[in-house]
Amino acid sequence: MRFIIFLFMMLASSVNAERRELILSSTTSTQNSGLYDYILPMFTKDTGISVKVVAVGTGQAIRIARNGDADALLVHHRPSEDLFIKDDFGKERFDVMYNDFVLIGPQKNKTKFETLSDFFIKAKTTSLFPFISRGDDSGTHKKEIELWNIFTNSKPKEKWYIEIGSGMGAALNMASATDSYTLSDRGTWLSFNNKGNLEIKWSGDDIMQNPYGLILVNPAMFPHIKSKYAKEFANWMISPKGQKAIGEFKVDGKQLFCPNAEKEKKNRLLACPAN
Amino acid sequence: MWDIVALSLRISLSATLIAAFFAIPIGTALAMGRFTGRKVIIMFSSSLMALPPVVVGLAIYLLLSRSGPLGEYGLLFTPTAMIIAQSVLIFPIILALTTEAVSPLEKNYRRLLNSVDASIWFRLKILIVDARFSIFTAVLAGFGRAIAEVGAVIIVGGNIAGSTRVMTTTIALETSKGNLELALALGIILVMLAVGVNSVMHIFKSLGQKYHGVLR
Repeated sequence: MRFIIFLFMMLASSVNAERRELILSSTTSTQNSGLYDYILPMFTKDTGISVKVVAVGTGQAIRIARNGDADALLVHHRPSEDLFIKDDFGKERFDVMYNDFVLIGPQKNKTKFETLSDFFIKAKTTSLFPFISRGDDSGTHKKEIELWNIFTNSKPKEKWYIEIGSGMGAALNMASATDSYTLSDRGTWLSFNNKGNLEIKWSGDDIMQNPYGLILVNPAMFPHIKSKYAKEFANWMISPKGQKAIGEFKVDGKQLFCPNAEKEKKNRLLACPAN
Repeated sequence: MWDIVALSLRISLSATLIAAFFAIPIGTALAMGRFTGRKVIIMFSSSLMALPPVVVGLAIYLLLSRSGPLGEYGLLFTPTAMIIAQSVLIFPIILALTTEAVSPLEKNYRRLLNSVDASIWFRLKILIVDARFSIFTAVLAGFGRAIAEVGAVIIVGGNIAGSTRVMTTTIALETSKGNLELALALGIILVMLAVGVNSVMHIFKSLGQKYHGVLR
């Protein structure tokens, strides 16, 4: 077995010696928006550390870190993050940035909603339109389930409620192709290039806020964790320079993420993405 | 862009080499062997050609994860992990096609080889050398599967920019970003690449047949 592994390593010519790099387990919403392509080169330039991003749903991202396969986590579902730290897998958590969730629907459907709860109740009682659910245990999926539970006590089971088990982009592609509704984070929505005739149907409620947390994986659980580099990464992300870079990242002139590492800005949660 | 193409080629060619290194001798031996259970093994190996890439990816993922049995090597989310996954995926393809290619040749040669009391190594060698062109086609089939595969490499590689992002995972990513035209363009490049590799190999094959004669 060792020989075979050795053979693979030879052929791959990949040296796994201590390199200045770390693995960041993160969400598709941050990756698909292009945020990492924008900020990571700055971090690497400042510190010489390269960040390898594995982008999956929040649920899977946390699973990867629980297996010891990532050095840091950047996800968006607070209860799961708190559980991760409570179980001793996470050492420290930092507020990094936020945006909000938006309800997306087809332009041609003119159904009017008075409130957010009105949408969910109408959706369930009238079955007027298909709704695409991520169905992949991601942060957005968990938020969507939360909204169904709050406004209608349970998530729908009818045929118009379609659980696709895929990423945000796939859900938006499908909503665009089938004139359906879906819940998206604002970052993915703004940077998505196949909007078709989709538009934002609802946004702005406090419950729709979408904060991202950066968690350092606990080296006491896994001795191989590159906690030194992960710590440097966290320090840079919450530093004025990192925070400024996050705020300056724009797609088509629109800001996608609002830095919130500084505590006093916390109360301005929903003011920023609308800028 | 071109480093993604180069990485795709490097990974899939490495995987093809490794899989062929094991599959060709074993496949030839299977064609030669007269032991009980041989038919079952051959049937089993051809069924493995239908291995779903995601299942292979998941199995390799669990093996290579830090919490898995081979976790100490830290291979998950590296190109090496992708090579391993592709090798496992295409090994049964090359194996089954090699067995099929060598079997009729072995039937023709058997009496001759028996009459000179040839050793097992000599038989292996002569059969592989003489069936080389059909075996070559088997290897090409394996390469085609490897380079076009996305399910396994996205799980074990993680689609990390500049490190484990290959053509197929880039296509998946760009599709999910709604960049459908770009994704399609990348798909066309991938197909052209496969056509290119195949035509180069076919030229070698026909040159070989021309100068060394065709044995079957």
